[in-house]
Amino acid sequence: MSETGLTGRIVSVNGPIVKAVGLTGAGMMDMAEVGPYRLIGELIRFQNEIAVIQVYEDNTGLKPGDTVTTSGRPLSVLLGPGLISNIYDGIQRPLISLEQLTGSFITKGVKASPLDVDRKWSVDITAFAGEEIKSGIVIGGIMESEAVLHRIMIPPGVSGIIEYIAPSGSYTIEDEIYRVKTEKGIFSGKLANYWPVRKPRPFREKKKSTVPLITGQRIIDTFFPIARGGTAAIPGGFGTGKTMTQHALAKWCDAEIIVYIGCGERGNEMTDVLNEFPKLVDPRSGRPLMERTVMIANTSNMPVAAREVSIYTGVTIAEYYRDMGYNVAIMADSTSRWAEALRELSSRLGDMPAEEGFPSYLATRLAEFYERGGYVDTLCGTEGSISIIGAVSPPGGDFSEPVTQHTTRFVRCFWALDKILADARHYPSISWIDSYSEYLDDIKGWWTGVDSAWHEIRTAALNILLEENRLQQIVKLVGPDALPVEQRFLLHCAEIIKNGFLQQNAFDTKDMYSTPLKQMKLLKLMLKFFHEGNKLLGSGVELKDILAMPGISELTRLKSEIGNDEHEMIDQFEEKLLSGMFELLRNIKDGASGV
Amino acid sequence: MVLPVSEREYMNVAGITGPLIIVEGVKGVGYGELVEIRTPSGEIRIGQTLEVDEDKAVVQVFEGTTGLSQRNMRTVFLGKTLEIPVHREMLGRIFDGLGRPIDGAPQVVSEIMRDVNGLPINPYSREYPRDFIQTGISAIDGMNTLIRGQKLPVFSGSGMPHNRIAAQIARQAKILTSEEEFTVVFAAMGVKFDVAWFFINSLEESGVLDNSAIFLSLANSPSIERIITPRAALTLAEHLAYDLEMHVLVILTDMTNYCESLRELSSSRGEIPSRKGYPGYLYSDLASIYERSGRIRGRRGSITQIPILTMPSDDISHPVPDLTGYITEGQIVLERELFNRGIYPPIAGLPSLSRLMKDGIGEGRTRKDHAGLAAQLFACYAKVKRIRSLAAIVGEEELSKMDKLYLHFGRSFEEEYLSQGYDENRDIETTLSIGWKMLSFLPEEELYRISRDDIQRYYIPDKSGD
Repeated sequence: MSETGLTGRIVSVNGPIVKAVGLTGAGMMDMAEVGPYRLIGELIRFQNEIAVIQVYEDNTGLKPGDTVTTSGRPLSVLLGPGLISNIYDGIQRPLISLEQLTGSFITKGVKASPLDVDRKWSVDITAFAGEEIKSGIVIGGIMESEAVLHRIMIPPGVSGIIEYIAPSGSYTIEDEIYRVKTEKGIFSGKLANYWPVRKPRPFREKKKSTVPLITGQRIIDTFFPIARGGTAAIPGGFGTGKTMTQHALAKWCDAEIIVYIGCGERGNEMTDVLNEFPKLVDPRSGRPLMERTVMIANTSNMPVAAREVSIYTGVTIAEYYRDMGYNVAIMADSTSRWAEALRELSSRLGDMPAEEGFPSYLATRLAEFYERGGYVDTLCGTEGSISIIGAVSPPGGDFSEPVTQHTTRFVRCFWALDKILADARHYPSISWIDSYSEYLDDIKGWWTGVDSAWHEIRTAALNILLEENRLQQIVKLVGPDALPVEQRFLLHCAEIIKNGFLQQNAFDTKDMYSTPLKQMKLLKLMLKFFHEGNKLLGSGVELKDILAMPGISELTRLKSEIGNDEHEMIDQFEEKLLSGMFELLRNIKDGASGV
Repeated sequence: MVLPVSEREYMNVAGITGPLIIVEGVKGVGYGELVEIRTPSGEIRIGQTLEVDEDKAVVQVFEGTTGLSQRNMRTVFLGKTLEIPVHREMLGRIFDGLGRPIDGAPQVVSEIMRDVNGLPINPYSREYPRDFIQTGISAIDGMNTLIRGQKLPVFSGSGMPHNRIAAQIARQAKILTSEEEFTVVFAAMGVKFDVAWFFINSLEESGVLDNSAIFLSLANSPSIERIITPRAALTLAEHLAYDLEMHVLVILTDMTNYCESLRELSSSRGEIPSRKGYPGYLYSDLASIYERSGRIRGRRGSITQIPILTMPSDDISHPVPDLTGYITEGQIVLERELFNRGIYPPIAGLPSLSRLMKDGIGEGRTRKDHAGLAAQLFACYAKVKRIRSLAAIVGEEELSKMDKLYLHFGRSFEEEYLSQGYDENRDIETTLSIGWKMLSFLPEEELYRISRDDIQRYYIPDKSGD
């Protein structure tokens, strides 16, 4: 990496791909400023004396002969206090500041510091001069928001003796906080540091996670759970509710930090998050959700090259908070748009296409991205995690396309969205037939702590649903009345589980989020009904009498009528239901003995 | 007119392929720069650079290259991007696909020139659209609500009445809470003259033609011109909405033709195609059109887009509807089966969707029961579809009593709720009460998507079926 920049000259422009000469000696992936507007670009390839630059802004008007200046450092993000509650474009330009600079539309070449350089942070210093430190060691903290304590870490690659450290007080991100005497000389430490977006931040060790990321969404937590530090994909055609599911997860999952990447999606969806998150309260911290959220918004009409990098910008910010010891969750909506950006750029570079025009390195890039998730021992000696949940938008809803197919190789949770469910407005439209989770065994221990029979309950309920799916094939041919009474009863029970458990209303205050305990209680109740009902049928009670029992239609409504802290009401309901069933049984017996 | 200093003229045309010409020996030409092509006969065509090298530029000619010759053709690089004048006086006028008047009236004079490509709206500056637009069409108002600032396309097929539906929306669209009228900007791309005439006529009949601007790139215009047409229309719409604070309804028809022009351009450039020969950047390109709608914080105006597209062989997974659906905030899908049964508007119950509906309806906007009612109608209609496929096999007689009730609900839903006249303007109260009437064919226990309160208040049990 050359520390000083070079200046070259443009020889050709083709969309966001610019070729220049005179940059030999610059580093691969170095950042460059292109043309009179000093547009941000990145050196992505060298071919003899020609350097290929990918430009992250609209480059209309750029001419051969215009100058290109390299910065001597790779494309980086600025990491420090002030990231939380902020909203950035793909190359970490702060959208709030851009509005102040250029109004409601983003004009080209506009620049602003990602972090507020004037803001004074109240810094609490915990380290001492003379102390020996190394990378990742925490030397102080800042309350970045009411919900997030920002730990000030020694940047990776720095170790030595603290020669000077400022006292606790108010500082900006540009003030010198400490000086470390290292082997290479004196390192001057500030609150904010740059880190290259394409380079994963170091940690001590990756570990297996045994704790689930609780999302409050019943179908996910109970049936297809994701572990903290896990990876999941949500594939679905348009209108199946990918974004709605991502929003629900960003709202209610129990990560401490959320990085929401709107990658090539709709502008209004980002506005929706911006409107809603400050108003919604995190059930755990009691603070607005915005106080734990960082947003990256590179909407579909913003430059395509910046869309390609937005994913990396997001994951680098996530790694920064993971290094402080937080559990971070990334929502990437949508990785398909990112892959398309990759395709567009590679096609302009004249790369040989592999499947459907995507470059042959698509799989490698996807793998690299998902591999930046995980549960780790951090350099500062705590544990942190990054869970990555990526939406996939397969063309025509066809899961056999390259992005979905490659993604399934690198994620361990697959939440397939189903068009038929979405058409019936059954949300979340996660299919219980096509979805899977590979984390079941890892987190079994945790769930057993909530309910010792978790695994049995889940399996029993899933079996009812799978059996129903099988029976429906028969029903399609012969109608439901041809089935034996037990199977007809099973169809009814499956319907209750679908409507009363799997379906969840994201706009209902009681239903939008379910605690693990409520999830278990609800599902157990439904299974109890199924088992007891089968016993009744065995004793000769008629199916129609069971279904006519008071409270049956209420079973599907409990989710939205009983709050998360009102478990005893589920117990009461269960008693009522069971006594009703007992009544039926007694009637039968009385009837039998009466004859 | 004073020539800008950066204007340069060249004669070396090295090649012509499809809509592209390659000019050699150029110096200092910018990417995306506007080009004038002057033929010896005095004709002027305009184009834009797609790729620039040190001594060579690839130019796409919007009026097509037919009749151009390598000799005697002068290409003038204008040193600026394609701009059109925008002005309030453009309302009531008719323009060609590049924004030049074709109604015989004089050229538009305006001090404000705007780049047709516009600029992306800062996502932070957007205002989330929430105002319910009453279109007077039950299938839309009740179940797929249109919101001011939304982009809601109509997915249609050849022969189906998408134009009538769009015209009906343009005529009847109204905000309940205010008196403000909609201004209509209409862009026709590659459609037949009669379609354009139908719209102009329909706007005239409803007396809003003076408040409309029309951009026509008809089927006989050069295909490449269509790349600019929607952009020119939206450039004017943005001026009307964000500078002059009007509420603009933009109707774009037919986006499939637009995409075909794009494909044509891409293949003559020798680009690597993705699905069905469409370029890999079709999504980004469509987004640069559709995303030019919405509302901006602190400004009163809005742009509501209704793009119309015909799905080739009614295939919703075709790249054009597919990518459109990924960008727009829902879709109104027309269904061949309903159309064949004579139901107007033939709006498919299940695949249609409005993503912004949830925040635009409910208490204080439409009515408290609206969301639950719509969800329940969707769920019940989905069940009807299931039962119908079962009935097709086992016969209707074999169905259970409940299933038969559902079939009855399904028929009534299609014939009374979905179906209505081209001139019938139903207010939202009417739409909702027809919805409840439909649900009255079903027993109360089946209504699990509706809150108890609403059931008590609005549900009318049907006694006739007993």
